[in-house]
Amino acid sequence: MTITLKQLAKKYDESSQPVLKDVSVQINDGEFFVIVGPSGCGKSTLLRMIAGLTSITAGQLTINGQLANDMPPKDRALSMVFQSYALFPFMTVAENVGFGLKSRKLPAAEIENRVKDALAMVNLTEFRLRKPKALSGGQRQRVALARAIASDAKICLMDEPLSNLDAQLRAKMRIELKQLQRNLGLTVIYVTHDQVEAMTMADRVLVLNDRKVQQVDTPVNLYQHPQNAFVAQFFGTPQINLLSADVLGNELVVDSTLHLKLNGNLNVDNKVLVGIRPSDIQIEIGPKNANARVTTVSYLGDQSVISAVLNDTQTIRILADSTISVVVDDLIKITAIEGFDVFDAHSKEFITRQKGDLQHARITSQAY
Amino acid sequence: MLESLPKHTNPEEPSKELVPVGLNSATEWRKDRLYVALFLGPSLLILSVFVFWPMLKTMYLSLFLTDNFGHASVFVGFSNYLNLFKNPAYLSSLGATFVYVIAVSILTIILGMVLAVVAQQHLKGIRFFRTLFSSTMGISVSVAAIFWLFAFNPSVGVFAQISQALHLPEINWLADPHFALLAIIMTTVWMNLGFTFLILFGALQQLPSSLFEAAEIAGVSKTAQFFKISLPLISPTLFFVLIVTLIEAFKSFGLIDLMTVGGPNNATNLLVYRVYQDAFLNGNYGLASTESVILTAIIAAITLIQFKLLGKRVSY
Repeated sequence: MTITLKQLAKKYDESSQPVLKDVSVQINDGEFFVIVGPSGCGKSTLLRMIAGLTSITAGQLTINGQLANDMPPKDRALSMVFQSYALFPFMTVAENVGFGLKSRKLPAAEIENRVKDALAMVNLTEFRLRKPKALSGGQRQRVALARAIASDAKICLMDEPLSNLDAQLRAKMRIELKQLQRNLGLTVIYVTHDQVEAMTMADRVLVLNDRKVQQVDTPVNLYQHPQNAFVAQFFGTPQINLLSADVLGNELVVDSTLHLKLNGNLNVDNKVLVGIRPSDIQIEIGPKNANARVTTVSYLGDQSVISAVLNDTQTIRILADSTISVVVDDLIKITAIEGFDVFDAHSKEFITRQKGDLQHARITSQAY
Repeated sequence: MLESLPKHTNPEEPSKELVPVGLNSATEWRKDRLYVALFLGPSLLILSVFVFWPMLKTMYLSLFLTDNFGHASVFVGFSNYLNLFKNPAYLSSLGATFVYVIAVSILTIILGMVLAVVAQQHLKGIRFFRTLFSSTMGISVSVAAIFWLFAFNPSVGVFAQISQALHLPEINWLADPHFALLAIIMTTVWMNLGFTFLILFGALQQLPSSLFEAAEIAGVSKTAQFFKISLPLISPTLFFVLIVTLIEAFKSFGLIDLMTVGGPNNATNLLVYRVYQDAFLNGNYGLASTESVILTAIIAAITLIQFKLLGKRVSY
């Protein structure tokens, strides 16, 4: 079951701005495909267009080679798990799971079998006669999942299915969901605003922002080769540092005390954005040759995130081993930057990636 | 109500702050009782004067013959009750009332539901119709009566003109004993529609759309969606509307007084109207009290049965 989106667009009325434009991507059979983006970026709209719950303004949607733009939802051979779970409060768990099957006029014995199997798969067999009200949030979520499984559709759409669960349960369900998807060979299209969910579960991720597709790629590539500053900033905790810098020959001047050396010249105007992962920065503590002052320290366990302000007031986040002893107002020195990305200051598009090492960074000192 | 009272002794409650630390619990308890009395007192007083006392007095009077001023004169025990149930006029009133109540309740709910479903569709100008559908809520009984008196008028009324145009036999709606009750039923249903529509429409609008989207994806037809999803989900509201309509129908007075005065030939002389006639036109307060007590008992019994029968099914 492949799904192809070709220049899909959505406008709610003639005069207004489109809420989505130019979405083109192919989703492969058996793929766990995640659509991610901040609130209001149009990711749920896109999913609903695939489901057939929202009309398509322009472009083509093909499901398994068939044009599906105007196909009614029930003919698209897909199931959907909603954020609110969409369980019927007056039906038992088993009735909820079998609800769609009954309307398809399947024989009663088969419905019973499918419901039984689906409930067993999500470990809810003993709860089959309960009403949703008597279940916990995680159990309700699994009922919704069982309903999708029982429908036997090979495509499953999920609209933020884990966002109503607490953090621990969410982490557990991520793994269960992924296993289930692999065991059943489902093609899953999964909408979330949570970059961690996208990274941990996806085979491929579509990053949506500002009505447009920013990048479609594997989690590894999104992190290591972001195509623009938005993607770079969206993935990774703590967030990447995006510092504005002047181009001066083959050097980037991030700060009067922090120059980064480039391999060759850049064909750009004098301003760029430099993206540096907090984990790529190494520091030394102590006033000797310091070029930044610590403003906050967030303890994360084995690591700490240190925020520091550079000489010329730009703030930089550093991920350091938490054995390092540093407090607010301590002076530190950036000793090495192991790599950085350069983005255009206006278009925010990726220009180049530089593998830095000690020699490449020229750090002048004694600013403080 | 009473179960929630011990909450006042809960340390989280603000009332505790009023009690200085170190006071013993007996003092606190006395203080709580004072609060209870202060909160319940005013409404108990008003209810006693305007509800409980008249109720007891009515029950008392129903056991007596009364003089012209409504004072009890001769104790007759239950003979008022026995006489009523032997009186064919009263029994026909009882029958008419049941026909009226059942027809009004069923028609009101079905039509209200139809309007609510129509108003839910995304059609052009639907807002105007939503306002129109609920507009009878703002119309007083007297205005409605005048409006429908014109409509039923045998020479100029809408119904007369329609039957003329279609060459149907002419019906003098309000003067014909076979049709007068039907006319009153139609008018009452029309008056009830605004409120019923608004409540049912509100209930439908509140249903989460994801349930219907899930059904849509599963391939459930629109009709099945209505009967298998919407109806069960709004059943508590339907139950509420049913009880309110039923009780209101039992209490109908205004329309009858303005449109038929209980006639023709007692065809629309429903229970409440009979109470009014016996008490204030015939001056027979004892008998009227008896009729009131019976009416109250009927309404209480039906409400109780409804709660018992439907109560279990409408909650989920």
